[in-house]
Parts: sequence; C-alpha cells; structure tokens
Amino acid sequence: MQNLGINVFLKGRNMIRLFEGLMVTARIALIAIIIGSLLGIVLGVVWTSKSKWIRSVCRIYLEMFRIIPILVWLFIMYFGVTTVLNIDLSGEFVSIIVFTLWGAAEMGDIVRGALESLPKHQIESGKAIGLSFWGLYRYILIPQAVRRMLPGAINLATRMVKTTSLVVLIGVIDVIKVGQQIIETSRIEVPTASFWVYGFLFILYFVICYPLSVLSRRLENKWNG
Amino acid sequence: MKKFKKILQLLMITVLVLGVITGCSNDASSTASTSESTNSEAGTSETTSEEKGSLAEIKERGKIRIGVFSDKHPFGYVDENGENQGFDVYIARRFAKDLLGDESKVEFVLVDAASRVAFLESNKVDIIMANFTVTEERKEKVDFANPYMKVSLGIVSPESAPITSIEQLKGKKAIVAKGTTAETFLTKNYPEIEQLKFEQYTEIFEALKDGRGDAIVNDNTEVIAWAKQNPGFVVGVSSLGGQDTIAPAVKKGNKELLDWINQELELLGQENFIHEAYDATLTEIYGEDYKEELVIEGGKLE
Repeated sequence: MQNLGINVFLKGRNMIRLFEGLMVTARIALIAIIIGSLLGIVLGVVWTSKSKWIRSVCRIYLEMFRIIPILVWLFIMYFGVTTVLNIDLSGEFVSIIVFTLWGAAEMGDIVRGALESLPKHQIESGKAIGLSFWGLYRYILIPQAVRRMLPGAINLATRMVKTTSLVVLIGVIDVIKVGQQIIETSRIEVPTASFWVYGFLFILYFVICYPLSVLSRRLENKWNG
Repeated sequence: MKKFKKILQLLMITVLVLGVITGCSNDASSTASTSESTNSEAGTSETTSEEKGSLAEIKERGKIRIGVFSDKHPFGYVDENGENQGFDVYIARRFAKDLLGDESKVEFVLVDAASRVAFLESNKVDIIMANFTVTEERKEKVDFANPYMKVSLGIVSPESAPITSIEQLKGKKAIVAKGTTAETFLTKNYPEIEQLKFEQYTEIFEALKDGRGDAIVNDNTEVIAWAKQNPGFVVGVSSLGGQDTIAPAVKKGNKELLDWINQELELLGQENFIHEAYDATLTEIYGEDYKEELVIEGGKLE
C-alpha cells in the first residue's frame, strides 16, 4: 500500500487543493463563456451591418484574437497594459478579461455566419408582414440562427475551458498547476504520481466539458423533433 | 526554448504597437484629466512606478513580494498542505525576517520559468528567487545580486564501470539531452567524444540503465539527485565545465534593493546560513557530499 500512487490524493490538503484549482479554472471559463457569448451575439448582429466600416472593425477585432496567441494576449494584458497604465490587476481578473474578449470575438463570427446563412427571403418575408428591426431578429432570425450556431458555440466553449491552462503563465494557480505541484512534491516518494494526477485531471475536465456536449445534443434533438 | 523565443518576439512587437496606441491615447486623455488625476493621487497616495519596489515602499507595504517556483522540487515547491517550501524559499523567508522583522511578511508569487523576467519588469514582484541562473542575456534585462548557489555539469556512470574524468570518455559513448549546456559543452570542447542524444530527460536515464551509452553528461544537480535514487550508479565527476551561478534578481536599476541583498548575503555568510538552508532542504535529495559543490556562502564565489 505504501507506494500506491493513488495515496497522493489523500496526503495533506491535496484533494482540497485540487478542487480549489478546479474552481479557479471553472470560474474563469464560466464567466468568460457567459459574458463572451452575450457580447458575441451583439457583435454578430452588428457585424451583419451593411456599413463597410463596421464590418472591417469587427473583422480586425476577430483577426486580432485569431492571429495573436491567447498566451501573448495574457502577457500583454497582465504585464504590458498594467505597467503602461500603472494599475494593479490580479492574474485571475486579467484572465477573465482576455478569455471574455476572445470568446466574444469567436462567438461574434459564429453568430454572423449563422445569420448570413439564413435565406434572404426570411428577412424579406419578415419585413413584408411589418416586423420592426427588433421583431425581425427576435422572432425570425435569432431563433433560426441559434440552431445553426449551436455546434460551433459548444465547440468554442470546450476549447475555452481547455485553454484556461495557459493562465498559469501569469501566476494564476489553476487545477493543472496544482496537479503539477503535487507531482513534483511527491516525485521521490510516489514516482507514479503523474499517472494518477493526470488521470484525475482528465476526469475533472471531462466532468466540466461533457455536460456541454450532452446539452447541445439534447437541444439539437429537441429542435429537430 | 525556440518556441518561447518566437512568442517573445511576437509579444515585443505587439507590446510596441500597443504601447504606441495607448501612448497616443494617454496623451490625449491626460491633458483632459490632469486636474482629476492630481486630485486622486494626492487622495490615495498612489505610488508611482519609480517608487515601487524601493526599500521604503516595501517597508511601508509591510510585505516583500518574492517570486519563487511552485513546481521545482527541492528548490521551490508547494507541499501537500499548500505551503511554499524549498531551498530558494528558505532563503527568501530569511530575507523577509531580516528586512521586515518577521518571516511571515513575505508574499510568495508563484512564477514559471518563462515569465520570470516579465514579473520583475512589470513590478509584480520585488525579487525573483526562482532558481534563476545568471546569464549574459538575462543581465541585460534584470539586475542580478551576488549568487547563493552554483551549478555545473556532472557525469554519472554505472558503479561497475565508473567514469571519473572527462578524458576517460574519449572513444566511449556519452548520453546527453538535446539543447542542454552539456551538449554544447561536449561539442565545443570534446568533439572526439561520441554523443548519444535524446529529446527528454527521462530518456537519457533510461538509456544509461539499458547500457546504450557509457555515461550521462548533464547538469550536476540532475545527475546527483538521480544517482542518489538509483543504486548502482555513481557520480564520478560532479563539477565539469564552466560554472553557472544562481542568484536573486531585482528589477533593472533597483540599486537600493540590490545593495541590500548583497549586504544581507554577506551577513548571512558569517553565520553559514546558506549551508543551513542546504541542510534543511537539499540534503535529502543530494546528500551531504555535494554541499560544497553547490553552495555559495556570503555571495562570493571562491
């Protein structure tokens, strides 16, 4: 029993620390996904504007987050912007901001794609029965677009959850970092700790991401049926 | 390492662009809100970036922020109770005690190898003590105090066929990890020694166990620790090649704090404190025999 790797979880506060780390990961991901999605829907609607200016501003915003790695964004915000503006922001706060902005950018593109893929006669029919701008979106476009964007949106959400592992580079201790600390600390007594800890991390991420997949499948089934 | 350099380059460019953008917008807004900002500064007595990290500011804050590793056992790690421990941490606690009167008046900021310089440059920590090796490249970005530890290369080989000098390796196979100082050192100084190269640290140790080579050349801390855990292997050469030192680092230009650290290291040297830190944190891993190979007392390298 002495060398059984699973014992690393029972030592000291290890289990509690892992869950504390999980809460950090979940908090960053959840807040970013929720606010990012809301902003993204607004951005997506604005994006379908006919104005060239608005379209290109949206485009630049998206490309900035698509081209520049998230890691670099975290560095810019945490080390660069705070120094330039001489303010002190916690690593977790900066992470939430960066992930929210990223989520909004990608979500905006997904919403735009979904809206533009709707047949033109939907808009024209809506206008023909006298719907206002808001009515048009509220009753015709958004309900249809949501179905089309769902797979992409769920994909984005799970990607965001997994990418939170980068926040450790700006000093935020997330669940993966706690796992690595435990592995390193018990490297000598429990050489197999890495297997157990990473195995456990796999289960934790699965527990966060799988419900999202289930949710999306249920919604799709419901709407199709 | 290569990847990190690329990221860093990209970062620099974006920071530059961002700096220009925010710089411009700052000008515009600062003229508009001068009266406001002077008000708020007087009200909250906010410190400017020049004062941050000065001795007076640290004392006023009542806490010194020291950047340490959280996953480099036994130098800086977090134990099962969530407490910071290790060689670097042990010395850092003493710094806090001597500067602020209490060991607990230190705030450990957990850093990663890749972000150590950035933490200093952006004033997020006062001192970095995360097993920071002094290099010419880094000296351009941060100021290093006097060293407290030294590392060099070591050679580990089977007890049955020990290699006790680098000369013995001629005509034999040396196992190295790619991209390490050991590889560069051998290629440059002993091109006649055949090298067997691997990507990962774990692979080189497996290769020696399998007898695919005659000895491993690597950082001495790594080979000493490994030999201690693996009976049947000995460290025949424990310091080889150029010596690297490990030292606390402060933000470029923070001479006041730098001088204080150097003076502190000298005082600690009088009571052999770094040896004490070794006994408390490293003996378990490296044993008594290598103390003098690793420790630098009083900040002075003999």
